[in-house]
Amino acid sequence: MNARARSRERGPLGLSPRARAGAYAVLVAWAVVVLFPVYWMATTSFKTPLDVNAGPVYVPGVDYEASTEAWDYIVNEEPQTARAFLNTVIVGVVSSLLTLLLAAAASYGLSRLEYRPRLASVAAFIGGIAVAVAAAFAGLAWQLGILLGLAFFAASVATWSRRFEARLSNDDIAFWLISQRILPPIAIVLPLYVFFQQLGLLDTRQALIITYVGANLPIAIWLLRDFFAGIPVHLEEAAAVDGASRLQTLRYVVLPAAVPGLVATFLFILVFAWNEFIIASVLTAADAQTMPMLVVAQNATRGPQWWNMSVLILIMSVPVVLMAGVLERFIARGLLVGAVKG
Amino acid sequence: MAAAEDTTTREVPRRQSVELFAHEALSKRLLLSPTVLLVVLLSIVPLIFSGYLALSRFRFVKGGFEIKFLGLDNFEKLIVGSQQRRFIGDLGQTPWWAWAGLAAFVAVQALLAVRAVRASRRRILAGATRFVVLAVTTVLALLVVRTLTGGGIPGTLVVTLVFVALGVALQYVLGLGLAMVASQQLRGRRLFRTVFLIPMIITPVGAAFLFRMVTDTGKGPLAPVWDLIFGDSAYTWIDDPWPARIAIVLADTWQWTPFMFIILLAAVESLPPGLNEAAKVDGARAWSLFWYVTFPQLVPVSLTLVLIRSIEAFKIVDLPQVLTGGGPGTATESLSLHALLEWRTVNLGGSAALSYVLLFVTTFVALLIVNYGRRRAVARYG
Repeated sequence: MNARARSRERGPLGLSPRARAGAYAVLVAWAVVVLFPVYWMATTSFKTPLDVNAGPVYVPGVDYEASTEAWDYIVNEEPQTARAFLNTVIVGVVSSLLTLLLAAAASYGLSRLEYRPRLASVAAFIGGIAVAVAAAFAGLAWQLGILLGLAFFAASVATWSRRFEARLSNDDIAFWLISQRILPPIAIVLPLYVFFQQLGLLDTRQALIITYVGANLPIAIWLLRDFFAGIPVHLEEAAAVDGASRLQTLRYVVLPAAVPGLVATFLFILVFAWNEFIIASVLTAADAQTMPMLVVAQNATRGPQWWNMSVLILIMSVPVVLMAGVLERFIARGLLVGAVKG
Repeated sequence: MAAAEDTTTREVPRRQSVELFAHEALSKRLLLSPTVLLVVLLSIVPLIFSGYLALSRFRFVKGGFEIKFLGLDNFEKLIVGSQQRRFIGDLGQTPWWAWAGLAAFVAVQALLAVRAVRASRRRILAGATRFVVLAVTTVLALLVVRTLTGGGIPGTLVVTLVFVALGVALQYVLGLGLAMVASQQLRGRRLFRTVFLIPMIITPVGAAFLFRMVTDTGKGPLAPVWDLIFGDSAYTWIDDPWPARIAIVLADTWQWTPFMFIILLAAVESLPPGLNEAAKVDGARAWSLFWYVTFPQLVPVSLTLVLIRSIEAFKIVDLPQVLTGGGPGTATESLSLHALLEWRTVNLGGSAALSYVLLFVTTFVALLIVNYGRRRAVARYG
């Protein structure tokens, strides 16, 4: 039997038995790498401090007795668990939905409409902000600073900025939005702290939600823009002929066609908001603290409480893992990311 | 297949010059302005605020705070002052071969720059840009070579570069390999895909603690193996600079390979099947099929991925903080962690200055990838 006949027999995409065995070996090997630490965490959650400190024991019921002590402590005795879990769910879900809404609108606009802002007006605007911030640092009231900034902006737009013809394109705007992801959280966390302190929103879920929406917008726009660009335009043209407005078209024609992209993007940004630690640790204390903070709190004066930590990580990860499993088919279809074109 | 359909409709013009809908100008504003406003409020304003902070000293005083403008003092402190050893590190007795390698690297870069400037139309602008790029690359390369060879000690800047380079490279290679395997027609592949996503879902601080647990040489699951290698000498990798750095890179790889994997998988599956089948009919072997047919088509999306992952990797902070606390000494301290520790000691100006250094370096590397990698790749393969 020659090679061509063999390949016909297994179809154009089929693998030889040897290649198939090799592929399974690779997949299983990586699955072990992925799952072993998770297995270790799961077994640790059923160990007592004594079991952990005596050196490694591997299988409950074989070399140690499973104990629900840590689970009992975290679920029933630790008063913060329920609240932190609720905070994580609310902050994660609400901020991700808001991000999705804003990012869908923005990426749809960027993939279908033409924006041509003047470079000079943008420069004037940033100059205005700088003036406002400088005024605030110089000790003026912030209301006065904002007025000064606005005056600077209006004056420069009216005078010198009209002379420069350079304009920005959609790609420039998208690149600018996406590049915000470069900002290290530590660079913006103090200004945000002051900002929310002025608004009286420290240690509230609202502050975290607003911050996470801002932090996640760039990545959501990056994922969604290419997805929208791949949706055929003729659907929208048909809607336009029927007299629908732009926003109606977006709501009833485009968004339903974009469900896989929206679901995949939602999962990605949910994971970021669900797991974020640095910003949460600065903006919240007892009331609005999220699960990652509670995990870190188990590394207290008595050293890391591995068993409690394992329980907390399991509790906070299982819902998202289940969600990812259910939505798996959307993830593969939803991430086109400039697909092959870049 | 939805993916295949999408690639064929990609040729449709993205924007229309004819106004299709009524009130177009209004909906244009409605679509984009909330996002722009929020980003300005939450990123640009804080960034300008931090910029001012980086140039001043911030102190809490009775009933509020006091800010004194210092100019570039905070940056000076990092480069020549009290923070120098931590930020830049100690230069080693660089051996001749490292000098030779560095010289060759700089010479090649300079040659390429000269050729590019000669070929360009606006020579002054191109020359200035290339000169800046060459200067910054040379300084960074010099720092990397001089602190990593001949007994030098890398500072937080070079340690961050090491984390990014090793981590992103490892994650990309693993992610690509796994995506190629998982895209084959195999039973149970959907289960594998979901399992492979798990590390990304675990909170980074949690993943860091998890890794500390698993790699513990006394109580971790591998303790018997450690005992076998080192006897009872109670060796811990935490006390050794390079093993500690490698542990952080491995933990980062464990957590972020899924990101590379899932997007590369989507890209592999949306490739038009025609080319691949034609090559197969012509009798191409698996390896040449991958190298000459599949991989070139994946270059553009790969560079986007490397860009995004590098940007995130430069901000690495949770892992070293939990795994090693930046130790031994400052061997595993990333720029972000350095900034965080300065912030904890209420040196807010110094912390902001470090954030700005990180911002500059990340932007520089990101622009390099965009301009010299991605554009060229899109021109050649796109």
